Amino acid sequence: MIPEFGQFALIMALIVAVLQTTLPLVGAAKNIPAWISVARPLAQAQFLALSVSFGCLVYIFIQNDFSVLYAANNSNTRLPLEFRISAVWGAHEGSLLLWALSLGVWTSAVAIFSKKVPDVMIARVLSVMGFISIGFILFILVTSNPFERIFPAPLEGRDLNPLLQDFGLIIHPPMLYMGYVGLSVAFAFAIAAMLAGKLDAAWARWSRPWTSIAWVFLTLGISLGSWWAYYELGWGGWWFWDPVENASFMPWLVATALIHSLAVTEKRGSLKAWTVLLAIFAFSLSLLGAFLVRSGVLTSVHSFASDPGRGLFILIFLVLVVGGSLALYAWRASAIKSNTRFSWFSKETALLLNNILLVVATATILLGTLYPLVIDALNLGKISVGPPYFNSVFIPIMVPLVALMGIGVFVRWKQDSIHRLKKHLLAYLAISLVLGTLSTMAMPTFTLGAMIGTTLAWWVVLNMGSSFKQRFKTKAISWDGLKKTPRAIYGMHIAHIGIAVFTVGVTLTSIYSTEKDVLLIPGESYSLAGYDFKFIDSKRIIGPNYEGERAHVIVSKDGVVIADMEPEKRIYTVQRSPMTEAAIDAGLFRDLFVAMGEPRGDKGGWALRLYHKPFIRWIWLGTLIMGFGGLLAATDKRYRKAK
Amino acid sequence: MHPLRKRRLILIIIMIIGVATATGFALTAFNQNLMFFFSPSDVQAGKAPENRLFRMGGIVVDGSVKRSDTNTDVWFDITDNEKAMTVKYSGILPDLFREGQGIITKGKLNAKGEFIAEEVLAKHDENYMPPEVAATMKKKPTEYIKE
Repeated sequence: MIPEFGQFALIMALIVAVLQTTLPLVGAAKNIPAWISVARPLAQAQFLALSVSFGCLVYIFIQNDFSVLYAANNSNTRLPLEFRISAVWGAHEGSLLLWALSLGVWTSAVAIFSKKVPDVMIARVLSVMGFISIGFILFILVTSNPFERIFPAPLEGRDLNPLLQDFGLIIHPPMLYMGYVGLSVAFAFAIAAMLAGKLDAAWARWSRPWTSIAWVFLTLGISLGSWWAYYELGWGGWWFWDPVENASFMPWLVATALIHSLAVTEKRGSLKAWTVLLAIFAFSLSLLGAFLVRSGVLTSVHSFASDPGRGLFILIFLVLVVGGSLALYAWRASAIKSNTRFSWFSKETALLLNNILLVVATATILLGTLYPLVIDALNLGKISVGPPYFNSVFIPIMVPLVALMGIGVFVRWKQDSIHRLKKHLLAYLAISLVLGTLSTMAMPTFTLGAMIGTTLAWWVVLNMGSSFKQRFKTKAISWDGLKKTPRAIYGMHIAHIGIAVFTVGVTLTSIYSTEKDVLLIPGESYSLAGYDFKFIDSKRIIGPNYEGERAHVIVSKDGVVIADMEPEKRIYTVQRSPMTEAAIDAGLFRDLFVAMGEPRGDKGGWALRLYHKPFIRWIWLGTLIMGFGGLLAATDKRYRKAK
Repeated sequence: MHPLRKRRLILIIIMIIGVATATGFALTAFNQNLMFFFSPSDVQAGKAPENRLFRMGGIVVDGSVKRSDTNTDVWFDITDNEKAMTVKYSGILPDLFREGQGIITKGKLNAKGEFIAEEVLAKHDENYMPPEVAATMKKKPTEYIKE
């Protein structure tokens, strides 16, 4: 009964979503107060129905009800409880339901936390979000029903893909989806404002906290995925420019641009049309990501089994959403007037440059991701675009962007002069260059890349510190002054310092990592970057739903033992699939990484993968700092004002 | 020209130059890093470039995998069920690399016509066949007779 109940709840959610789309929209157009005020309760009803449906699916997995095809394919009685629950979103059908639920969470949150926003506006916003929800729920019911029964029911399930039996995978998809779907709020606000024909500063102020929160989720979601790939896939890399990674990174870049242009629109009333366009693009790229991942057109570790029908459905929905919103934009754009002017040297210009760089970066990634698909669709051959392309175009765009950060924080709105800032900026540039050079000299070898990277990081940190201090009217930093400083100011400075930390991590890891695959027999050692890796032995192990081998490697430096490492090679018994569990000795300044390859020869030898990764933790540390900054900015109470 | 307009014009020109340069760089990098996919038959027929990275995919021939006992070198044949190519790789193969499995390799041909792989990709799903490999398979696997 539970599966049928879950499906029934999903159909109820669809019906409510249809009501939520139509009634408030018509109500807002014809000014019928009752129809406008029904938007909020309907949003809550839809969220409730989706929660019930999702709850049913979780229950099915907890109870090991293998009469449900999706559970039978992705779970197993021997799977530990936490993984049985996360298995709910471990494959296509359930992850879509999670997607729909995320949209429900956002819709409900908008209904609750936007009390100060006029009812007509909220009615339109919830209507647009209802429309998106219709698309996703229909998609689930028509092509990917997780509640489908199988007869006869198998006694045992086929188990969850071993790669996904991991803590990182319990939280990575929910975070990422909250980010993807969160961009629908800014999108809905933009569409609603266009429908009303009223794009003012208030609209931008309402959208800002939602966009920031979505951005925080997206930042953490992508970062978690990167961390997971690092330790779980056994490749030891943190970013592969895999098409699916790109699909999550493109919305992030555009959302970052959107956060900055929303600031201009709110504070100065400029760039209105551009901001609306960015809001449309950010969410469209989220949908494009969904299309790429779900349609199976990509060769990637992430893509699930392909089904052309599913791809077609999302493609049609994508065309409908993007086409519809762009048509509305074309119709309304002439009415959007930015009423203020700004000089060429002003904060507006700096933020516009930020936007241009971010959008160009997105375009280059889009080209590299979609071009192979287009060529393939036209039958012109099978090609792929590798990481060298992405690195060689992305880095030259990011260098000026990070450099611009240090200047942008100081430039005044509307009009400023270079002369006012010249002295300060030149002094800081000199200090950053000296500190960057010294930092690079502390590394094993001196490279220009490392010097540029560390100089940029110092440049950002120093300028952010100086800018923060300038916010105080008085010379000394007082406790009272700190308390009075709005959270958004803290958030902005902290997030940018996060970028600096991230830059250090990326630069130093890319330049100074050492990686080696070696064959060692028990008792043999290999020296890598000054560390001696001694392979002691390898023993048989048996786990709850796997068996395998565990190696023992002792790492020492200059005769002092640093780490005991025990990587594992597991065979998961149900799917007979092998898994590499790398052993990582993490540190703030370096990670040591050992993964098992395969047994070789008759002396008990193993092919082992040994890595030394300097500063790799700084990559994720940087994203955490960014996320924290974003959270502070989003919770600034100035955004909760009505007008 | 009015000074404000002049400045604005300069700004727009700078932006256009910037975007054009970026596009130029992107397209150059793009052309240099495009990698084509070939089946073993294509490579045998001389269609693959020399001294340039490309991707080759097929099914790992049963019994063809040879491993060195002294280092991490490994040799194996991949086939599209018509022609086969020997691939040499140094390092650890992915977990799901096995005989009979569809895989993709990335590498170059050396002077002797051997394929030296830099990277071997196997999908994390035992029933999965990379789309490129599926499209270039000449016959159904059951019809394949080892030459």
